Amino acid sequence: MCGLCGAFGAPDHWSDGVRSGTPQAERRARADAANRVLGLYGLRLAAWADRYTLSGRTGRTAMVDHLGTLWPAAERLAGRACDPLDPAVIAALEARG
Amino acid sequence: MSGPTPVTLLTGFLGAGKTTLLARLLRWPALRDTAVLINEFGEVGLDHLLVEPLQGEVALLRGGCVCCSIRGDLKAALIDLHDRRRRGLVPPFRRVVIETTGLADPGPAVATLVADPVLRHAFTTAAIVTVVDAVNGDRTLDAHEEAVRQVACADRLILSKTDLATPDAAASLRARLAALNPVAPVTDLTLADMPEAALLTDDPSGERAGRWLCAAVPEAPHGPVGAVLIESGPVDWTRFGLWLGMLLNRHGARILRLKGLVAVEGAATPVVIQGVQHLVHPPRHLPAWPDGLARTRLVLIGHDLDGDLLRRSYRAFTGAQVSTGSGLVPRHVPEAHAPARPAAADR
Repeated sequence: MCGLCGAFGAPDHWSDGVRSGTPQAERRARADAANRVLGLYGLRLAAWADRYTLSGRTGRTAMVDHLGTLWPAAERLAGRACDPLDPAVIAALEARG
Repeated sequence: MSGPTPVTLLTGFLGAGKTTLLARLLRWPALRDTAVLINEFGEVGLDHLLVEPLQGEVALLRGGCVCCSIRGDLKAALIDLHDRRRRGLVPPFRRVVIETTGLADPGPAVATLVADPVLRHAFTTAAIVTVVDAVNGDRTLDAHEEAVRQVACADRLILSKTDLATPDAAASLRARLAALNPVAPVTDLTLADMPEAALLTDDPSGERAGRWLCAAVPEAPHGPVGAVLIESGPVDWTRFGLWLGMLLNRHGARILRLKGLVAVEGAATPVVIQGVQHLVHPPRHLPAWPDGLARTRLVLIGHDLDGDLLRRSYRAFTGAQVSTGSGLVPRHVPEAHAPARPAAADR
């Protein structure tokens, strides 16, 4: 448990199973990668302690334990489906390169 | 014993021959240390193998195997079995076979094993074995969605009653099974030399899955359930995880099965990834590439999957170069839609 916030340690997600750096560096890298997509929905992910915070443009914020809980939280905050097969989303990512 | 106990899910539609297979397997000396979970005593034809009842829902089978009834609560039955073994109340079994009901979708049972915080430390999913009746299999697959799901989710398919089916009918069914689930080997139950032990052997390293992923994948059928292959060069693991997590969050209900051999950027050896519906098992590292070729191969089996759209999405999200490989999947991703490889700063 975190002594400051009282939160229990976040459980692992399957995507945590292939490690390439320190846990903190990996969380930052995951947040950076996620923000490339989350920006399309007006959301931003930031590494925080052993988990993440997900924020919308209006200031609404949600705690995210790991990437397994990211997309349900993102859909709640964005108020719409986050669909990787949405042609508009794909086209936006393709345009960014 | 050390490490989690491998669990095999034995599925198959009503009358497919699950119990025939199970009864045969339990006579095999190599499988003597097996615990079998069934729904109810008396419902299946294992009663003739019962030697003596132990306590409650647990009985001893001829040959030394343990048999336990589930009574609707798989988690409670597994924890009870685990506890009895720990206290020495049952023989020290080394694997568990769960015989599901004929109408069961294997997904929820896998979900129980993978997601439950208690069970996932004590048990691990070894394989989903699905029995298909060669005489009635075609009609069953036409009429029952559950049967299609059982085939699509399988790690191994057992074809029963081939001695009663015409050669043409058996060949036609084999082709249909291969199209529904190109990564599951098909074994004939009537073969005298059927490798019984291999049916229930765990695949802890994922090597078997890796070998099958290297095999040719036939074109997806024109029916609602089919397979899509995504093949690419090395991929950024973080981006891959984001894409797959997002895909399963939105489309997990129609992606019945996924198996992949992933070439991770910066890693010399492959990672095997497997999932059933919304769930993904912990990825496993293989010591080497099964066919020597370092390339990502991801097979998705599900309802109404648009291969071109999936490959385009995969490429846009991961930045990996998608290829159609050596004719494994004939669909072509138009180069006009190919995104530029993302800048390093974006990863």
